[in-house]
Amino acid sequence: MTVRKNQASLTSDEKRRFVAAVLELKRNGRYDAFVTTHNAFILGDTDNGERTGHRSPSFLPWHRRFLLEFERALQSVDASVSLPYWDWSADRSPRSSLWAPDFLGGSGRSRDGQVMDGPFAASAGAWPINVRVDGRTYLRRALGAGVRELPTRSEVDSVLAMATYDMAPWNSASDGFRNHLEGWRGVNLHNRVHVWVGGQMGTGVSPNDPVFWLHHAYIDKLWAQWQRRHPGSAYLPGGGTPDVVDLHETMKPWNDTAPADLLDHTAYYTFDALDADRPARAVAG
Amino acid sequence: MPELSRRRALTAAAVVAGAPFAAATAARAAEPHHDAHGGSHDSPESFDEVYRGRRIQGRPATGSGHHHGGGYAVYVDGVELHVMRNADGSWISVVSHYAPVSTPRAAARAAVDELQGARLEPFPAG
Ligand SMILES: [Cu+2]
Ligand SMILES: [Cu+2]
Repeated sequence: MTVRKNQASLTSDEKRRFVAAVLELKRNGRYDAFVTTHNAFILGDTDNGERTGHRSPSFLPWHRRFLLEFERALQSVDASVSLPYWDWSADRSPRSSLWAPDFLGGSGRSRDGQVMDGPFAASAGAWPINVRVDGRTYLRRALGAGVRELPTRSEVDSVLAMATYDMAPWNSASDGFRNHLEGWRGVNLHNRVHVWVGGQMGTGVSPNDPVFWLHHAYIDKLWAQWQRRHPGSAYLPGGGTPDVVDLHETMKPWNDTAPADLLDHTAYYTFDALDADRPARAVAG
Repeated sequence: MPELSRRRALTAAAVVAGAPFAAATAARAAEPHHDAHGGSHDSPESFDEVYRGRRIQGRPATGSGHHHGGGYAVYVDGVELHVMRNADGSWISVVSHYAPVSTPRAAARAAVDELQGARLEPFPAG
């Protein structure tokens, strides 16, 4: 069974194997297909039309399936690899070990945002940006430039406290857990992290940066934590909603899996510790 | 999408010809925009300016080829920037997708900031 671990606790061997598997998917062309798929949904998901990957209730199950596909691809290269997650409420500095040269590499230089160290730096020669929205073919970041602060644990807790999964109109204007986690409304969790990283992570082709997977693995974990806190709260809507993926409706592009099939992550993987990143309960009162 | 390509090609040709959007204002008057919430109100105003050395333009879009920008098209140096209107009226673009701003002009300026002089690709290459 796959166990997803906090990136901060990976051994150097685990980091090395994760990076090598990612680079192999890049080399054989499979990586870029994920970037293309993501951008197609980013462009196609609209508040007033069909919406599946983003700004809709299926944001969470869609990304869960998307990450599963990627993780399976990694495991086809190295069966020992699983997706790590990045708890950005805890590891919230550009000096975090996440950004060290033995893992993802650091921020971009000021002149052009180019990442200059680590395995994904253009200078290392193994990470061309092929699926792109502009002419630049190198990985870029500007950690902490687009927005100064990553979300705090208390901001995360305020969103986890929301008992209703999602609400009409089931888009970026919705109240409820999903849209607050996605970030179109309220304290802004998921969207803000994309902006904090900057570079390609701020664009529709955000999976060009490998941190995309670690960010979404943590968003996915927060969904699991939310389920634990609200065992009586279900995925919504339950049926008959135009343009929106209902509980038992299959999702594009796979067309064989509904949100209902993805609600229980333990069918696919477990986490190192589902509540480990939660501070003493007394703090939250 | 051959139709889209043809439209882009025509747009590019028009920019080269130096008369990019002569028909824009008329088109806007002719096509009131129906927005996200099923309400109906006008698209934002057209704009055309040089921002940080680059020409940014925006106008209500016409034609069947147009997708989901809320009926509004934005260009940077003549290349279309994919923009989208959120339900609350804010805007994002494909190069700044997770940070809504208040107007399409602000989205165009944010794109120029983000591009740091790089040319925009009409659609993702590769
Ligand atoms: Cu996404
Ligand atoms: Cu995301």
